[in-house]
Amino acid sequence: MANTLDQIFVLLSRWIVSLLPVALQPLVGILLSVVAIIAVFPGLFALTTVLERKGLGRMQNRIGPNRTGPFGILQPVADGIKSLTKEDIIPTSADAVVHFIAPLVLVVAVFMGFAVLPMGRNMQLVDMDAGLLFFFAIGASTELSIFMAGWSSRNKYSLLGAMRAVAQMISYEVPLLMSTVAIVMITGSLSLVKIVEAQNQYTWGLPHWYIFTPWGFAGFVMFCIAATAETNRSPFDLPEGESELVAGYFTEYSGFKFALFFLGEYLGMFSISGLGTTLFLGGWSAPLQVLNFVPSWIWFFSKVMLSITVLIWIRGTLPRLRQDQLMNFAWKFVIPMTLLNLIVAAVWHFLGDGWLRWIVCSAILLGVYVIGGRVQMRGKKFGPRSYRYAE
Amino acid sequence: MNVVFWILAVITVLGGLTAVTLKNTVHCALAVTTAFAGLALLFLQLDAQFAGFAQILVYIGAVAILVVFAILLTRGSETPAEGVFSRTWFAGLLIAAAVFAVLGWAVLHSVAALPNESAAPAVTVLQIGTALMGRYVLPLEIVALLLTAAMLGAVIVAMHEKGEQK
Repeated sequence: MANTLDQIFVLLSRWIVSLLPVALQPLVGILLSVVAIIAVFPGLFALTTVLERKGLGRMQNRIGPNRTGPFGILQPVADGIKSLTKEDIIPTSADAVVHFIAPLVLVVAVFMGFAVLPMGRNMQLVDMDAGLLFFFAIGASTELSIFMAGWSSRNKYSLLGAMRAVAQMISYEVPLLMSTVAIVMITGSLSLVKIVEAQNQYTWGLPHWYIFTPWGFAGFVMFCIAATAETNRSPFDLPEGESELVAGYFTEYSGFKFALFFLGEYLGMFSISGLGTTLFLGGWSAPLQVLNFVPSWIWFFSKVMLSITVLIWIRGTLPRLRQDQLMNFAWKFVIPMTLLNLIVAAVWHFLGDGWLRWIVCSAILLGVYVIGGRVQMRGKKFGPRSYRYAE
Repeated sequence: MNVVFWILAVITVLGGLTAVTLKNTVHCALAVTTAFAGLALLFLQLDAQFAGFAQILVYIGAVAILVVFAILLTRGSETPAEGVFSRTWFAGLLIAAAVFAVLGWAVLHSVAALPNESAAPAVTVLQIGTALMGRYVLPLEIVALLLTAAMLGAVIVAMHEKGEQK
């Protein structure tokens, strides 16, 4: 019974495919999975916009949207209708072709990233041998669409926003990839399915998730920092800094194209949360062995929604980082820590099982973190805050 | 030669052709990105997963952005007054055709020249990794040294400009 519930979507798609003639079967099988992804994730996107606006509102001591439907639940419907019926303005001096293609490239690239995420037992669209590499390759293509959007608008604010966004995304791509290389080293495979299966083991009822190891925890922290920067979320949202650059690289977009950019950004958040869940939080595996009766896809989506909640929480709490602070942080602190993390993961592997490796690896990571932080903060003066009031 | 190959070949060749005939330099950069994407898909069609994804990651994710930044930060982004072709285009065409003929002859005759090689081997990422760390570790280290030298050189060149302005 639990197994049927766990595999219910796989069984359902196999049953639908079996009703059709043999010639069409592969095509329809793939189409069903694609349609499922295209239906589920924008649905989650709609839910997340309400969650975000209400959550941020409560954190900022105000109520979020509460007029459309009970507790503002129908707000995404209102937003959707609004963006579909708004006039689509293209500035006269803008480059019409590139202006049109930019949101399409973003949305296509982001949707392709969902193809390799294992959303449950046997529930990935494609099981690629180099799945992780595919995900990062597609993620790198989104930077180009942001540049296209900013440049084609022929607007100083857009171009500035686009340049900042691309510089930030390129800088943080290195820690993003390097923090996952430790996982690949320990698992021995680039395939996301195998990474989840390697974490699906239990010792004394507790899971073998990589976040529960010292190098995994450090890697997870750095992955979160890099993921927040890659999706241009606060505290790294200077490219779309609402108080500085109007709306950054999508200043000149209105109506449905703006909605597509918004969709692309949030889906990027989902896809990178999904990747973080798969790599560090054990993907679809349950936290305790006794909880294995709950279907695997429920665990995956719960973990992804938890990550989204944490991202929204961080957005409401932390102030924005300045461009040079952002870049300094990436190149001078996060990248050396990721390189150190690789060495620590290797030490972990070669010290063999036992308590010694826990102590050694944690000591190395904590020591370098504290010392590195202190050394880099030596030149900066932090005193008590001083205020100047108008007389 | 199936349909997929012809579609990808058309995309790649069109990307390359438009990259040299368009007037706006950023459009040319985007067209050459399409050609890179076509090449990556051709690699994937030949079952070379690692080469295809590395092509996307490196060329589209890094080189294309570098080209676009270079165009923006120099004066080449203004549309040229006269046409984009140089006056010696015929000589260029002859040289390009000659190079293409030599490469095409070499590729087509490689099957006959190396009769002991089997059909396309299935190369997994694991085999590439073992080969890089085992047999080809010296070229790997030399390439790493080269990349470090390039990065240091870029930083030094950029720093020099700041020093001169002060």
